[in-house]
Amino acid sequence: MNAKRLRKALFNRSKLRAVIAIFVFLVLWEIGSRSKEWFGFAVPWIGHVPAPTAVVVAWYGLLGDPGYWQSWYMSTLRVLAGFFAAMVVGIPLGLFMAVNRTFNGLVFPSFEILRPIPPLAWVPASIIFWPSQELSIAFVTFLGAFFTIVINVLGGAKSIDPRYFQSAQSMGSSQWDVFRRVVLPATLPSIVVGSAVGMGITWEVVVAAEMISGGGGSGGSGGGLGFFIWNSYVGGSYEQIVVGMISIGIAGFISSELLRKLGSYLTPWLRKR
Amino acid sequence: MNAITQNLSPASSKSPNVKIKAAEIKVTNVSKSYGAGLFTKEVIKDCSFTIERNKLTVMIGPSGCGKSTLIRLLAGFEKSSSGSIEIDGKRITGPGRDRLVVFQESALFPWMTTYDNIMYGPKARGENTQLNRDQAEYLLEKVGLTAFREKYPPQLSGGMQRRAELARAMINNPDVMILDEPFRGLDCMSKELMWEYYSGLYEESHRTNFFVTTDIDEAIFLADRLLIMSNIPGQVRATIEVDLPRPRRLAFVFDNERAVAIKMEALSILHKEAMKSFSGGSKAAADFVEAYSKRSSGSGPSEQ
Repeated sequence: MNAKRLRKALFNRSKLRAVIAIFVFLVLWEIGSRSKEWFGFAVPWIGHVPAPTAVVVAWYGLLGDPGYWQSWYMSTLRVLAGFFAAMVVGIPLGLFMAVNRTFNGLVFPSFEILRPIPPLAWVPASIIFWPSQELSIAFVTFLGAFFTIVINVLGGAKSIDPRYFQSAQSMGSSQWDVFRRVVLPATLPSIVVGSAVGMGITWEVVVAAEMISGGGGSGGSGGGLGFFIWNSYVGGSYEQIVVGMISIGIAGFISSELLRKLGSYLTPWLRKR
Repeated sequence: MNAITQNLSPASSKSPNVKIKAAEIKVTNVSKSYGAGLFTKEVIKDCSFTIERNKLTVMIGPSGCGKSTLIRLLAGFEKSSSGSIEIDGKRITGPGRDRLVVFQESALFPWMTTYDNIMYGPKARGENTQLNRDQAEYLLEKVGLTAFREKYPPQLSGGMQRRAELARAMINNPDVMILDEPFRGLDCMSKELMWEYYSGLYEESHRTNFFVTTDIDEAIFLADRLLIMSNIPGQVRATIEVDLPRPRRLAFVFDNERAVAIKMEALSILHKEAMKSFSGGSKAAADFVEAYSKRSSGSGPSEQ
């Protein structure tokens, strides 16, 4: 009971701290951007950035704009498509590379050459490869998560304590059983970590891909958040640039948080200490 | 505390009707070396002994004398360089569920609850039967973990983990149980508690057990037969029949004159081995030799 109360107090304190930190940050930002009108001189960098209040006003105006929500929707869709494709391809690939030495020997060299190539370097090639703009963007986001997931799964599965295999074997496990009940759960924490990191990269990549490729076929409103930012820049609406940036931050935070929750649900033995 | 004493008293609940099988392992002229050419290191050389049926055989020897290698050979995880290991006349060629190994540090699966860990073997063989489930409950109670059945290994204490591991091995009803320093790293009180739990489990079944340790008190408390290893390359130097009555209880065993005599005998053999490797330049043996001379001259730091 006492421990519970203590934990609650700590939790609240850290929450309070977070709120204060964000508030102070916003205040400094506001002062910085308005320093020219208030004090007569511009603070370098921040002097050119729209103030938070101006951003909020612009944001409020956008809340009723279906184009803004369409951008959210498009980017989310692309992120999810690329991310899930990366999971579906990457997890089995990583596991199979860890389990089968021959396969690993054949695949790993090419994998290691392709891995350091930044996903954005793939944009022109993927526009040429894929029939539609949509597919090329999804492909680039896929790459962003794919390599991270594979490397994590591979590393996780390879570092399983050999005694787990030995004891499973001596208790009469078949190979399939060892895979299903030892390799898979033992790799799960690495899968979760790889996915969380991969998800972050996916958001970074999708925005850049949208900017470069012009954001899909359906013109300005169907372009995703990346295109939304670019369009705002071209149109000279600096408040909207910031709105777009913060929107991406929020989207990334929400998806990471959901993944963390899901991961902790899937790995109860790490949660309960 | 109450729960523990209760569990240690003669079976409070009856074991489901499980027939104990027991086998005998015969090790004949086994050698094992690693590396090749100039770098060959012989770990076990011409080693012969028998793990007798229905007995608890304890092997004791200085650390690094090839005991763990021997266990890997017995388990079938590795093959010997020469010689043969037979279980009931059948040559051991690989791991099998007739021999079960309990490892030095806990090898419980951290992603499974205590109960699921214990049921791993039966489920792996498609034997998730009522009999096995009853046996799992029985073993849980027997090792004092009924209240911890839904906990994950990281939530258990070191001693609880080892007990869960014993239960996980025993439910498979192996012909021979092989234990590689299973209580190593536990503090001395939990270690003694483990001895009582473990010997209680053994006394109930008299399954063939092979137990490797470096702890002389542990060896004498548990053993029916005591095998003393030489220094590397490993060989069995002596066999002592430990004819102390069962069931064994701590207070009783360590006040017993016969136990003290066996301990002195075993120590003097170990001392001879240590002297040999000491003169061969082994630093590790020096500690043993020094401790032994202090003990026998009565000038040691812990006088008795």
